[in-house]
Amino acid sequence: MIVGKQKPLDEIWSMIKSHKNVLVLGCNTCVAVCHEGGNKEAEILSSLLRMRASQEESGIAVTNSGVERQCEHEFFDSVKDAIEAADAVLSTACGIGVQFIAEKFPTTVVYPGLNTTFLGAVEKIGVMKEKCQACGNCVLGETAGICPVARCAKRVLNGPCGGSTKGSCEINKEVDCAWQLIVNRLNALGQMDRYETLAPIKDWSTDRAGGPRKQIREEIQE
Amino acid sequence: MSQQRAVKTDSKLEKILAAGHLAVTSECGPPRGSDPDVITHKGNMLKEYVDVVNITDNQTSMTRMCSLAACIRLKQLGVEPVLQMVTRDRNRIALQSDILGAASFDITNVLCLSGDHQSFGDCPNGQNVHDLDSMQLIQTVRYMRDEGKFLGGDDIKRPPKMFVGAAANPFADPFEIRVPRLAKKIAAGVEFIQTQCIYNLDKFELWMKQVRDRGLHEKVYILAGLTPFKNAGMAKYMRSRVPGMDVPDDVVKRMSDTPKEKQAEEGLNICIESIERLKQIEGVHGFHIMAIEWEEKVPEIVKRAGLWPRPEVS
Repeated sequence: MIVGKQKPLDEIWSMIKSHKNVLVLGCNTCVAVCHEGGNKEAEILSSLLRMRASQEESGIAVTNSGVERQCEHEFFDSVKDAIEAADAVLSTACGIGVQFIAEKFPTTVVYPGLNTTFLGAVEKIGVMKEKCQACGNCVLGETAGICPVARCAKRVLNGPCGGSTKGSCEINKEVDCAWQLIVNRLNALGQMDRYETLAPIKDWSTDRAGGPRKQIREEIQE
Repeated sequence: MSQQRAVKTDSKLEKILAAGHLAVTSECGPPRGSDPDVITHKGNMLKEYVDVVNITDNQTSMTRMCSLAACIRLKQLGVEPVLQMVTRDRNRIALQSDILGAASFDITNVLCLSGDHQSFGDCPNGQNVHDLDSMQLIQTVRYMRDEGKFLGGDDIKRPPKMFVGAAANPFADPFEIRVPRLAKKIAAGVEFIQTQCIYNLDKFELWMKQVRDRGLHEKVYILAGLTPFKNAGMAKYMRSRVPGMDVPDDVVKRMSDTPKEKQAEEGLNICIESIERLKQIEGVHGFHIMAIEWEEKVPEIVKRAGLWPRPEVS
């Protein structure tokens, strides 16, 4: 899923304070799972902004609403009128949702309430970790199911580098060395012989390096 | 002593190793400024005492004068340089381009590295590139040299003739893949290795035994890395703060137990004793002496270790 983190309240306030009527719009899928941008968090953020407006004696009106997902047209029917009535929307979706609103409502100002942090998993409640960078050319079949592109600080495809120490990455003891994890898992799978296969020079044209990506399923395309 | 291997380049380092001599290499960090005298001063200091001098490439991610320009300075001084190249800061276009630039000055040695993470340096907010990794850079230089082609497939007019090196850290984790990883670098085409600084000689001997068990010492020249301690503080710092470094407690204690005014001398003693022990290990083909901001001590180390005068090759 996509993981996000709410921006500091001061930063959000500085974005919206010049407006009169702001709608805080939650997104109840990925960013709800990490408790940062779901409809419940949008409601709380909306309350905090009303309190701030009151402290600052600002005449700004802050309301809130939410949708299931801000990245698909079908979910917007119930909030279309509220969006058009607002002079700015503070979206607590990931960056995809923010841009989807901008494209869908060309005359409505939209601001991001979150920083989109990474593509990750819920390791345990309250702990999300990055797992994928959507490079568009998956190597997990060669790396025992652990991604060096996303999880090695140098995205070394033939690792580990010389900085791997006691299972940790050289950048921070709290970060696992992806290649230690790969070696551990190759061992567990009885596949250590695969370690010595050289990973070829990677084609990054499917990554962001190749420019914005687009994917079409012709048989279902409208 | 190592068996004879065919010489493929004009590298003095390669010729010395192929002739069966113990090679001695050292390194120079370029300045954090544009003063060329820093390089020429260090180069002149090392000139008669080592075979080639590595120029580091923005080591520890601190922005410095570029390795290539400093290599050219050394070359003009009559000192053979080893161009260190990290994959952190340049993509495959820039790496190939710099290799050609170096070759145009007949720089004949390259050391392929991934580089320290940028968070250690003066630009922690910068991007890193890592388009290739160090093994893929080894493959790239060999491909350019041996096939005479760019990665894109086009022919290179006057391909670069470089002796290709890489680093190996026998002390990083996981230890079990340290020898397989060397085998992987050899498969990628590496011809010489300069190791991480060695303080844990027992562990290094174990690594070398595993290297010999697989016959890898006959496929690559291994230069044992050494860095003399200037004082006990440096030993403690390297033990606890430098990633992938293995400084045993008894070595730190030996430095700490020495009176402050004699610690520098003791650091040199440890270094020279280490060289003497490393000379006995089959498969060690030479020494890479990295006297960090202490280059003036390299002549003394080389002389006291019985590695002077340096052999002449043509």
